[in-house]
Amino acid sequence: MTEQTPHKPAEYKSGVHPVWCPGCGDYGVLAAITRALAPMGLPREKVAVVSGIGCSGRIPAYLATYGFHGLHGRALPVATGLKLARPELTVIAAGGDGDIYSIGSAHFVHACRRNPDITLIVMDNRVYGMTKGQPSPTSEPDFATPLQPEGPDMPPVNGPLLALASGASFVARGFSGHPDELADIIRAAIAHPGFALVEVLSPCPTFRPEQTHWKRQVQAGALQPAGSIGEAMAQVLAAPELSTGIVWKARRHLPHAVTEKPADAEALMQDLLAGFAP
Amino acid sequence: MPKTTSRETISLALTGSGGAGMLTAGDLLLRAAARNGLYGLLTRSVGPQIRGGESAALLRIAHYPLETHDDAFHVLFAADWKNFDRFAGEIHLDEDVLVIMDEHAREVPETVENTTGEVCRLPLQATAKRTGGRVNMVGVGFLGRLLGMTPDELAAVIRWFFSRKGRERFIESSIAAMKAGFDLAAPHVKTGALLAPPSAKERAAAKNRWLMSGNQAVAMGFLQAGGRFVAGYPITPATDMLEWLGPRLPKFGGALVQAEDELAAINMVLGASWGGVPAMTATSGPGLSLMAEGIGLGVAAEIPALIVDVQRIGPSTGIPTKSEQGDLNLALHAAHGDAPHLVLAPDCVTDCIRTTAWALHLAEKLQCPAIVLSDQKLGQMHSIIDAINLPPWKARRKLRERCEGDYARYRITPDGVSPMALPGVPGCMHTVDGLEHAENALPSSRVEDHAAQLDKRRRKLFRMEDWPDEEMAHWAEVQGGGEVAVLTWGSAAGPAREAVRMAAEEGLHARHISMRLLFPPQKKRLSRLLDGVKRLVVVEQTHSGQFYHYLKSWFDLPEVVISCRRPGPRPITPRQVLRALREACRISEHESERVCQ
Repeated sequence: MTEQTPHKPAEYKSGVHPVWCPGCGDYGVLAAITRALAPMGLPREKVAVVSGIGCSGRIPAYLATYGFHGLHGRALPVATGLKLARPELTVIAAGGDGDIYSIGSAHFVHACRRNPDITLIVMDNRVYGMTKGQPSPTSEPDFATPLQPEGPDMPPVNGPLLALASGASFVARGFSGHPDELADIIRAAIAHPGFALVEVLSPCPTFRPEQTHWKRQVQAGALQPAGSIGEAMAQVLAAPELSTGIVWKARRHLPHAVTEKPADAEALMQDLLAGFAP
Repeated sequence: MPKTTSRETISLALTGSGGAGMLTAGDLLLRAAARNGLYGLLTRSVGPQIRGGESAALLRIAHYPLETHDDAFHVLFAADWKNFDRFAGEIHLDEDVLVIMDEHAREVPETVENTTGEVCRLPLQATAKRTGGRVNMVGVGFLGRLLGMTPDELAAVIRWFFSRKGRERFIESSIAAMKAGFDLAAPHVKTGALLAPPSAKERAAAKNRWLMSGNQAVAMGFLQAGGRFVAGYPITPATDMLEWLGPRLPKFGGALVQAEDELAAINMVLGASWGGVPAMTATSGPGLSLMAEGIGLGVAAEIPALIVDVQRIGPSTGIPTKSEQGDLNLALHAAHGDAPHLVLAPDCVTDCIRTTAWALHLAEKLQCPAIVLSDQKLGQMHSIIDAINLPPWKARRKLRERCEGDYARYRITPDGVSPMALPGVPGCMHTVDGLEHAENALPSSRVEDHAAQLDKRRRKLFRMEDWPDEEMAHWAEVQGGGEVAVLTWGSAAGPAREAVRMAAEEGLHARHISMRLLFPPQKKRLSRLLDGVKRLVVVEQTHSGQFYHYLKSWFDLPEVVISCRRPGPRPITPRQVLRALREACRISEHESERVCQ
């Protein structure tokens, strides 16, 4: 039994009022997710959105799907466990640059390697917004704040490059100010059988007001599907940092999941017990 | 060793440098004993080295079921003395010990040189060389004869061992070495074997026995209750449980993931369980430390999860290969905030099956994480146990199958448990949250919501005090009676049970209580078990008395309470508990709360 499939993007919204600041890029991401889901005809109850902590982590409650708002950094393991337990669900993990590339970076690398069939949306605003403006792993080396007055003085994490190096089977970047292009990318990511990274440039008008200019600087479609991982990496490195598009798509096998097959558990237990005979 | 009497139980230590095959020799002797209808157990004491280093197989065989080692070893078979001093403190030699070593052995330890027992220098290496086999197989023959086994019986387990491993080419030389070892033992069995021979009835019972480790038993309990998802990160001494499940879980339609770390493992478990599949992780102390935040999320979001901690010695990396009960405090208080959750402990290898199944059942029923505290001793103890009927407990969750706009995930209910709508159920969509929430699962920082949800989460656990006794029968076990009692949890039950039996033989009647459900505390139930007890001995393997302090903080205890504790790796022994029992009978009331080590 499934509910009558909704077809309008608005029907994927829960109606809960977001905690986000006016002008936050995450509104665009929310809109893009609903616009991605609607044409796919996915029943809302068959979609689960898993997040961690941060401004972006609030997104599941704003969707009319199932949602899991867990721990800082741990969206990917929860999403992986869920997908392997319930392979028929569409599972989306969402988080910010701090959530995914800093505290959750180990999970990011290993989710790329493991290749569960989930879509990861990283809302990148290059700042910790929820704790009010500290440098994030994608902040520029000279981004000066009270916590690091000289700036982090470290190169930012390049999410797509790290994903490619870790074996991700789908890598793309989008922009929250272009929700239709972003919806297309998210739809392709969901349709992709395997782990898909969609990094989204999602400006923070409160703590990074200069990002409001991204709208003029983003080069939509500058990233194009590459023929090899090396080519994809070269493209990510050579293209302007605000380039969007799908840069890599490949088929890889999926991890072993729980199967629906009803096993004759009692007989299997007896088989195991026979193995304990001396 | 008194050579004229055959014993009802005998303890043997087989030691040597790592790679000498002492653990294999111990395994073979244990299996041969099991096939003869005897009971027995085998533990290992190994160093932290991956290969090489020291290793000891500690074997005890008896005509009655065993849960623990004896106080002293009656036979010590040393392939060599390399690094013996590293575990000498764990191997207390009987005053009549029989020590077997090579004729050319050097650096004989002082404790062995000065023993009041008998020391035999024998051509172990030369015999092995002559037969083309190894010293450990010479040991199998020698010790097997002391135990009253026949060459055929020993050859059968050797064949079984090498065939199973696909190394048939070692069978003939190993049997030759075993037989030569058997011949070497002739002078020591002139008046019969050291262990009384099994009767025909005992031999017939062999087919109703299992040879199982505690880690395997935990895995069996999990499968029996319906567990189908496992995520874990390798850690000694829990790894072998994951390795055992790895090839077997998929046959049940389940899946096992080797996670990138313990943070991932616990969160994968929460994700799978939120999806409706009963899930477990297995770890040890350092991993449990890392999982603490995830356990708190499981409490707040009300997601069932089973976390098995096979305890090792801490703090920090501690002594990874050896046993202690030092994770009790961590398990009880695992998460920040007020985060009540289930804590259980199996008290013997057989009980690992039952308590694990019950823990998964409770976690699912109460929608709450359950920590099961095993330890290295139980987990890696290979034990001959009576076959049991598998326990009845199953993972059954209170579910919501459909909704019409009225669903509230965290509805306040009388028993604190709210029906759970799994992802996929139409009309019940909601977001579960580690943020404090209102009944409808939306985040809330309101005074009333926090108080109501705290009450609900506590209530569902603390209501267990009011459950019918038949549903709670497994929470603890009591044996014996009298005004003196020994109270234990986990693997300390083994030596305590044996001590109570020994005490009864000398006319001291005591009762033993083993607690399996540690949280939520069963205050009324423990009071009933302690009815009439005037002096209580609390036995545990910790340095600080964690169990003692837990008991003092939650329960009404008798006036005289003696904390009998000892840190690992020296095991708690039956006679240590017996001494504490005797002392408990002697001391006056104003001496209460004394500590005996």
